[in-house]
Amino acid sequence: MKKYGKFAALVVVIVGTLIWLATAGIKDNQTYYKTIAELNKMGDQAYSKRLRVGGDISPGSIVRTASTVQFLLVQEKLNLHVVYDGSDPLPDTFRDGSQALADGKMGRDGVFHANKVQAKCASKYEAKPGGRPAPAPVYPNKASL
Amino acid sequence: MENIGALAILLAFCLAIYAVIGSVTGKLRRNPFLIVSAERAVYAVWFLVTVSAGVLVNAIMTGDFRFVYAAEVSNRAMPMLYKFAAWWGGQAGSLLFWSWLLSTYAAVVIFTNRRKHREFMPYVVAILGTVQVFFLMMNTFVVSPFEMLAVGKAITAVPDGNGLNPLLQYPAMAIHPPMLYLGYVGFTVPFAFAMASLITRQPGDGWIHTTRRWTMVAWLFQSCGIVLGMAWAYHVLGWGGYWAWDAVENASLLPWLGGTAFLHSVMMQEKKGMMKVWNMVLVASTFFLCILGTFLTRSGVVNSVHAFAQSKIGNYFVGFLAIAIAATIYLILDRLPYLKSEAELESVISRESSFMFNNLVLLASCFAVLWGTLFPVITDAIQHEKISLDAEWFNRLMIPIGLFLLVLTGVGPLFAWRRTSTDSLRRNFMWPGIASLVLVATLAAAGMRNFYALISFGFCLFVALAIIIEFYKGTKQIAAKNEFNFAHAVVELTHRNTRRYGGYLVHMGIVLMFVGFTGAAFNLHRSDELKVGDSIKIGSYQLTLKSTHAGENDNYLEQDASVEARKNGEFLGILNPEERVYKASRQPTHEVALRERLNEDLYLNFAGMNGDRVVLQSYVFPLVDWIWIGALTLIFGTLVALVPSKVKREYARTQVVGITSAVPAEAGLPGRPRK
Repeated sequence: MKKYGKFAALVVVIVGTLIWLATAGIKDNQTYYKTIAELNKMGDQAYSKRLRVGGDISPGSIVRTASTVQFLLVQEKLNLHVVYDGSDPLPDTFRDGSQALADGKMGRDGVFHANKVQAKCASKYEAKPGGRPAPAPVYPNKASL
Repeated sequence: MENIGALAILLAFCLAIYAVIGSVTGKLRRNPFLIVSAERAVYAVWFLVTVSAGVLVNAIMTGDFRFVYAAEVSNRAMPMLYKFAAWWGGQAGSLLFWSWLLSTYAAVVIFTNRRKHREFMPYVVAILGTVQVFFLMMNTFVVSPFEMLAVGKAITAVPDGNGLNPLLQYPAMAIHPPMLYLGYVGFTVPFAFAMASLITRQPGDGWIHTTRRWTMVAWLFQSCGIVLGMAWAYHVLGWGGYWAWDAVENASLLPWLGGTAFLHSVMMQEKKGMMKVWNMVLVASTFFLCILGTFLTRSGVVNSVHAFAQSKIGNYFVGFLAIAIAATIYLILDRLPYLKSEAELESVISRESSFMFNNLVLLASCFAVLWGTLFPVITDAIQHEKISLDAEWFNRLMIPIGLFLLVLTGVGPLFAWRRTSTDSLRRNFMWPGIASLVLVATLAAAGMRNFYALISFGFCLFVALAIIIEFYKGTKQIAAKNEFNFAHAVVELTHRNTRRYGGYLVHMGIVLMFVGFTGAAFNLHRSDELKVGDSIKIGSYQLTLKSTHAGENDNYLEQDASVEARKNGEFLGILNPEERVYKASRQPTHEVALRERLNEDLYLNFAGMNGDRVVLQSYVFPLVDWIWIGALTLIFGTLVALVPSKVKREYARTQVVGITSAVPAEAGLPGRPRK
């Protein structure tokens, strides 16, 4: 039985370490999905949590400087001023009118400070002539990665 | 044409159902004709799916944009290669591609086993058939690739299609999805064999011997697919990374981890008759993770950069998975007595135990990745709030797990079966151990303070040396005995036991990849606004903006910067990062300028203009190239392991695992197996 004791001890140590790694400080790794409307209702809570907000990039609102990119996110007629200051280059799909997800924190100045931005293109297919709705806006992104 | 395609797929669906029913009935009624007819039905399914795929590909190639699918994923101007790749560029087509691959695998499996394993082949056919029925059902009734635009009635004509996303028009991207799919689909085969062997209460490990190569092939494709995706992200996407713990990336990693665990733990069953239940669980989990991966990629349940069109197909996948998992659990529990282990663990420092820990940790990592990926779904269900976990969380868990696996890679194969003597430990590990300690001490003295990086480099050297010594010892013996020269002896050694030495090569590939991953600890980055003539310093490089240039051609508008790179004053060359905006799709792409060297890559991205100034993002990525070199080594090693060994090895126990003889007598089980 002694050797099984050793195995059990090792397994407990390994699994325990992993659980500890997975749970300790997990709060700092969590990001809450919010709509702009929800964000406005959050009150003081909005400043402490990491948030992920989605919306369309308002055309013409993108301003690039060396260290930041600013833009306006629009969702259901509500606007959110976003400043991106992350280190990764923005994705190629980040452009006027595309859908974007900004990850970051709400500042007390009313500006959302994002350190990560993901973007997805909106469909370029509008309605087709002749009344039949266009094919579903499948933008053939990657099959899988 | 479209009718032929749709009809073929409908017929294939019916025939696949027939194959399942015919196969099972034939087996139960002991009717060999029925069994054979079911197998022939599988060939017919392959033919029919091929016909319908041909119709679809033909429509894309010839620009028949009455096909909704062709209009969505292709246009006239695309080169032929990408038109063909458009087959799997969208939802409906890629599911048809899945079906086609599965039918191809099934046909090959049945052909190669037409005279073998007669007792459980009918069930293999039935299980492959069931999976096929599910996918053909999706093709026929849920997301048909043969939907047509009503051209000629309401619409006059469709002049041109949407076109494949320009980002995807890149050779690595054309082969990346099929590689992954070959992997995903390939794991169905070992699963089918394992389950068939359970259903028929097979004594022995026939299914393992038969499917070892299948599993390795699937694993190889999966590895290629993942690495191609990484390489593409690094070279084309221009975000300077190769892995972001995105949901869809994770989806491809999960079955890979499961498959890796399975490839290792089957050795325990082959050689020692241990871990039989575990292997069943692993092969089934790997298959389920493949289905889950296909599902995650498409359903939009989890937010991802690679979002496929969101659709309702998710429910079908969940249903299929639920039924399959329930059936598998029932089967395993019901047949538990037939899966009794024939040996026990004897020592913590033994080959068995290293396999066990390898499995434990691989599975833990699999679980961790799954948990992290599904975290938004879980929290949404519990707290009605979607919460996601960031890359940092994944790294915090996966780096230690990776390092632990890395060290097992080195020590595991050198432990003896059953138990290892301290003497052999010293003999095998002393020199690699000393060398890596010296390396770590030197690096630390040179000012390297990153804890994980130090550990990782130490382990990498340790494992690499352990592998090289293994090769060297074997080679020296053979060279002395046969008077071969060294190179000849290495080949001879490897050829005698391709599994073992191919495996070592795969391990070596993993080590090299870890060297590359570790380099990420020393990445440098800066972002600047530059006027012509401005200079910046990054690492040991001086970059000077020489000029900017704008141009256009039929396809796109472009703007680029000429940046002179010097290293410690020495002129290296001119780099030209570029930004393009495609006219047709208004899609901008960034062509990064990359100077790839074995020690580090210099990576420049033209992020745009701010007034008359260029926004230039510069990065230095140390050691990244070793990831690609490691991946090539891994692929080569897997291919070596697939070559049959020159010397046939017989393991005393492998042939005699007879449940019929051994277990009931020893364990006093009630009743003998029914067949």
